[in-house]
Amino acid sequence: MYNTKIRGVLVEGNKSYADVSRDIIAPIENTAPGWWIYAFAIGIGALIYGVWAFYITISEGIGTWGLNNSVAWGWGIINFVWWIGIAHAGTAFSIFLLIVRQKWRTSINRAAEAMTVVAVLCAGMFPLIHMGRIWMGFFIMPYPNTRGPIWVNFNSPLFWDVVAISTYLMASAVFWYVGMIPDFATIRDKATSKVRKAIYDFLSFGWVGSARGWLRFEALAMILGGLTAPLVISVHSIVAMDFATSVMPGWHSTVFPPYFVIGAIFSGFSMVLTLMIIIRTVYKFQSYVTDSHINAIAKILVFISLIMGTAYCTEIFIAWYSGGEYEYYTFFNNRISGDYTIAFYGMIICNAIIPQLFWFRKIRKNIILVFIISLFVNLGMWFERYVIVITSLTKDYMPANWSTYSPTVVEIGVYVGTLGFFICGVLLFLKFLPMIAISEIKGVLKPTSNGQYLKK
Amino acid sequence: MKKYWRSIEEFEEDSKIEKLPEPEFPIEGLAEYEINKSGTTSRRDFLKMLGFGIGFVTFAASCENPINKAIPYLIKPENIIPGNANYYASTFFGGNDYCSVIVKTLEGRPIKIEGNELSSITAGGTNARVQASVLSLYDSFRIKTPLKNKQESTWEEVDADIIGKLDEIAKKGGKIVILSSSVISPSTQSIFEDFNRKYPTAEVIYYDSVSASGIIEANKKNFGQPYLPSYNFDKARLIVSFGADFLGNWLSPIEYTKQYSKNRKVSKTNPDMSRHVQFESTLTLTGSNADYRIPINPSQEAGTILNLYNRIAQKAGKAAITAPESTVNVDSLANELWAAKGKSLVVSGSNDVNIQLVVNDMNYLLGNYGKTINMNRPVYTKQGIDGQMDNLTKRMEKGEVEALLMYNVNPAYDYQNAEAFTDALTKTQLSISFSDTLNETAKLAGYVCPDCHYLESWNDAQPKRGVYSLTQPTINKLFDTRQAQESLLIWSATGGTTEAGENKVENLVEEDAYYAYIKKQWRSNLFPKQLKYAVFSEFWNHTLQAGVFTVSSVADMITRSNYPYVAVYSAANIADCVLKLKSPKAGERAIEFSLYESIGIGDGRQANNPWLQELPDPVSKVCWDNYLAISKTFADKNRLSLGDIVIVNDIFELPVLIQAGQADNTVSIALGYGRSSAGKVADGVGQNAFRLVQSKGTRLYSGNDIKLVPTGSNYILALTQTHHTLHGRDHVRTAMLKDYKENPSAGNEAHLIAEEKKQSMYSEREFKGHRWALAIDLNLCTGCSACVIACQAENNVAVIGRDEVRKKRIMHWIRIDRYYAEKAEDPDVYFQPIMCQQCDNAPCENVCPVSATQNSKEGLNDMIYNRCIGTRYCMNNCPYRVRRFNWYEYANNDKFDYNMNSSLGKMVLNPDVVVRTRGVAEKCSFCVQRIQEKKLGAKMENRELMDGEIKPACLQSCPADAIVFGDRNMPGSEVSKAFANERNYFLLEEVNTRPSVGYLTKIRNTESKKNET
Repeated sequence: MYNTKIRGVLVEGNKSYADVSRDIIAPIENTAPGWWIYAFAIGIGALIYGVWAFYITISEGIGTWGLNNSVAWGWGIINFVWWIGIAHAGTAFSIFLLIVRQKWRTSINRAAEAMTVVAVLCAGMFPLIHMGRIWMGFFIMPYPNTRGPIWVNFNSPLFWDVVAISTYLMASAVFWYVGMIPDFATIRDKATSKVRKAIYDFLSFGWVGSARGWLRFEALAMILGGLTAPLVISVHSIVAMDFATSVMPGWHSTVFPPYFVIGAIFSGFSMVLTLMIIIRTVYKFQSYVTDSHINAIAKILVFISLIMGTAYCTEIFIAWYSGGEYEYYTFFNNRISGDYTIAFYGMIICNAIIPQLFWFRKIRKNIILVFIISLFVNLGMWFERYVIVITSLTKDYMPANWSTYSPTVVEIGVYVGTLGFFICGVLLFLKFLPMIAISEIKGVLKPTSNGQYLKK
Repeated sequence: MKKYWRSIEEFEEDSKIEKLPEPEFPIEGLAEYEINKSGTTSRRDFLKMLGFGIGFVTFAASCENPINKAIPYLIKPENIIPGNANYYASTFFGGNDYCSVIVKTLEGRPIKIEGNELSSITAGGTNARVQASVLSLYDSFRIKTPLKNKQESTWEEVDADIIGKLDEIAKKGGKIVILSSSVISPSTQSIFEDFNRKYPTAEVIYYDSVSASGIIEANKKNFGQPYLPSYNFDKARLIVSFGADFLGNWLSPIEYTKQYSKNRKVSKTNPDMSRHVQFESTLTLTGSNADYRIPINPSQEAGTILNLYNRIAQKAGKAAITAPESTVNVDSLANELWAAKGKSLVVSGSNDVNIQLVVNDMNYLLGNYGKTINMNRPVYTKQGIDGQMDNLTKRMEKGEVEALLMYNVNPAYDYQNAEAFTDALTKTQLSISFSDTLNETAKLAGYVCPDCHYLESWNDAQPKRGVYSLTQPTINKLFDTRQAQESLLIWSATGGTTEAGENKVENLVEEDAYYAYIKKQWRSNLFPKQLKYAVFSEFWNHTLQAGVFTVSSVADMITRSNYPYVAVYSAANIADCVLKLKSPKAGERAIEFSLYESIGIGDGRQANNPWLQELPDPVSKVCWDNYLAISKTFADKNRLSLGDIVIVNDIFELPVLIQAGQADNTVSIALGYGRSSAGKVADGVGQNAFRLVQSKGTRLYSGNDIKLVPTGSNYILALTQTHHTLHGRDHVRTAMLKDYKENPSAGNEAHLIAEEKKQSMYSEREFKGHRWALAIDLNLCTGCSACVIACQAENNVAVIGRDEVRKKRIMHWIRIDRYYAEKAEDPDVYFQPIMCQQCDNAPCENVCPVSATQNSKEGLNDMIYNRCIGTRYCMNNCPYRVRRFNWYEYANNDKFDYNMNSSLGKMVLNPDVVVRTRGVAEKCSFCVQRIQEKKLGAKMENRELMDGEIKPACLQSCPADAIVFGDRNMPGSEVSKAFANERNYFLLEEVNTRPSVGYLTKIRNTESKKNET
């Protein structure tokens, strides 16, 4: 059924069905290892810093951030876009590969989807906290009201954002959850304690593994996948439109939606890579997340990196070719040269140049190097958002308004807080939920493993 | 009531019911014990708990709720309709600024100062300090009661003490001196005379912190008249100024700006404008507006003036005098001046008598007297003779002065030898200050008899001979203060009770002794000088309402026949001047300095006004500090950069600012800063540069013996603009006059292209009714920043303090962008006021997710504060960056302890404009409250709105009449004419925002780009 000649076996180590269940459920059944507790403590520490930053921002005002009259968006929006980008991975990974029936995704998609859900939650915090009057934030919801009724502005990309992100969050969460149902049932079946049994029983919605159930399950996965696939495109296109529909030089660009979507997938995949390398190492899941997986993702990254490089060149070319003096200035005097060259060249090097190393098989095979490069891509994508948001705002149309921007402790705290939230969220996922789709792995075990899968 | 029953059972049943009540709503399906069990919390208990809960919550919630009482008038005062403003004509006078004003009061509170258009001097113009003066009324640092040895006292006690001491001093023949700043009030002068009559040993000495002693003394020598003349900049086609900042601070800047702008208004029908040549050391507001500006060191001034004099004397057939070689070639300037005989004006800001004598002579040779200079209308705003003050200090040191009464002066701060003065002050037996705040001098005085703020006072003024105006109170006294004049009346016991006694009206106003005195004065002195009114009360009421009174015919002080100089003029005398003018020795390149008044702070008397402290200097764009302005070359040579701290003359430390156009080797410092006892806003802001003033007969505000030692540390100045050139962009469009004459669209070609290419994907918006628009003539705007403060006062714009300004968060709704062009040593300077452009296609509107900003049917971009959630998307998408954000709560916040943090300071707030809360965006509204007010007024009167009826605060305050506002849809309206002008363009037309603010190109009267005259 599956062509595995090229890719080789998807699950290594002659695993049997029982091995698969045992291996993957082991972290849930065992007590948390030492590193988990330390990492969780770090996450909580970061989260506490974040909570303090949230408190200061809400109690004193946005003035505690480094923004000014010209640069009204800073780290808040940079990190929002960054997180949204990361949140792209899971769904893009699962859904696109599901639709094109790439079975190698099975050992990675669950973690990627979990990452998506947590990252969307992180991203969602920024538009909230960055509002001047968060307590009036409900104004952004279109609901019948007694104030006229006043409706929201359907022309505003920020409103589209609200719709797109909340839809995306719900769709990803449902897709993720539904995928876990058979695995919950597996955990339930293997559970020894009453409490755990009860909890996972509840979570599994009474899954019995009947043929009818599987039929429904497969159909639902396909339908949800089909529904969610456009969202992957729409959510980041809309985030891109926050910028593209504006009049700011460097923002007002029709290339933004595809460029942002590709960038988001780029950052998402690299974050998947980062996380999967950690997971397979600490949980010794090399049999499931094989070198072949890493190799595949690395190949995708090198391809996307080329697209990113093309996009950067296109932007710069158009800035020159269009003859718009403001856009020209933004690109040539405030990015390629000027105050923000570190971010610009950081972006180019991390996103367009360093991933080119993946052309070399040796580097793709070297897990440590792959890990480091994936971190560079994450950094590069952060730089990209920094370059877009800050350079356009600092030096726009009228030189009298030009200013500079640097973040404050509070602003950094909000970001660190979301990192903490992300770490804690992912760690909780690793501890309490099946981090690899057991049922799907079992599905690809038979045709791809050359071992005696029923033995033992 | 009888009980009826049909059977025994029923009878028994009834009694059972009474004993065992059943539940009202029987619960089906429950056993009885269950019912009983569930009934442990009865409905009654529930209600009890609910009641307690609500009660407790109500109690807890009500604990901290402040009670705001809105008390209606029990007896409505006449003429006061809550919500409707009353306007009173009055007069502001403070140092440089004489201004006839209209005070807007609401419910008895003065909240805004407007210019009085009836005045023949200021004609409706104001400046930043006049606009801000209303806030000084609500200064919590004002003294609340009379003080005796710094202890609170009562007027009775103070009066008894002072009268006793004065009598004692007078009896033994001790000297009494009234040290006063220039007094333009005839009644006050008369009171001084009365005081003198009671105490014959009394003497009045006028002392001005920034004096014009040089001109006064020169005029005394030339004409025998120790006064300033009237300058008519409107009659001058060629203005040559040597360091006189006449648009900013020199003598009467509001008047001069009015005059100046008349000759700078070019149109197709009248395409001529005056030419303005400025020689100066630091880049002043006036220099920024000049057609030609030549940076010179203070030491070069004499040489340049003398050379110019020589060239003109030569043409006039007079003998030339020996003069040092001028570093500037003045040949062509002399030719031009000679060609513009009688239509030119040479002024000098120097306080050196000899320089002023040469300038007088030059003007005489050019035939400017009687034409552009009028000696028959002397100006009384500066009367101080510096020598008298120096003399007074010496006499005080010797103990010759027994009593010193200080009115409106602060020598302990602004006298060059303040320490000598304060030491000498201790040698007086009696020292009285009339200061309304406990300033540096009042602190040392034995008695402080606090004067009222001018908005609480009666007064009159004669700023110019034959031109009078009145000051009237617009609010009851806020504190237990008393006008200085009233104090003097009481002490000299001539008490102006006659008038009050005559009328015996039950009017508080009439009981005011000084009011009665002024009326008496006017009845006897001015009433006879007019013919319009037969009855004094009519004359008085009319004048009080108009605020101004001009005597129609004033006898010439100097008749035509003796207009030439009184004997003094001769080549020998001029040569004598030359000898006295110290020419720079060859090779001597000591660092020179010049001192100037800043646009906001002036001489520092209103330094405690947070609006003025936060007003960016129009040229340097610095606020909240003074600094050492140095030239680029000087900075490079000494390796100094912006904010580097330098020790000046071992006296104080100041950060440097590299000022374009600064004369090399000269540093400049603003006066008025470094107050030590001005109040919480001003104390410790900047350094006191009055300590560098030199005294050589007159007070000289420049010198050449300054010592600078860099400290190596750096200070961050609160700059509101950090990029100074246009980067080749055409936001300010400009043309030379000769090009404009050939082609009215000169310099504005981009507008024609934009109009041609104008297209939109969407259908054009239609405005069927009004369509508000505003046009700014960049050629008239001098950058004086009166509009900035006027807007701040009108629209309750918050003050945010130095730190927040450093973070580029200034809240001003209108800002003056300043751009330099060409060379850094000698730049062209452009000012461009920017407020919300009220775009038809506003980029801010379509991005707001909650529709908190929308386009009105009349073309306004309305901001709905209570809808705003603060996403700041609008701020990002505004290409003009006119939107402001409330980063913090600026009202009622101890971190922003300015006028919006005290109930006293909040009295200045305009109730028609909401005070914005934290987290919302705000911006210029074209003063929509004023538009609505006038629209409503017209509707009530059942008539059409007239063009020019609505005046936004910026327009109202503008002394240069650079702003036009009106209905673009009204045919023939001023603004539609301005929009049709070939010079008109819109900012960022290529973005297709379709703004409602038009700019008219800047025209410079130069022959070619940057060549020296």
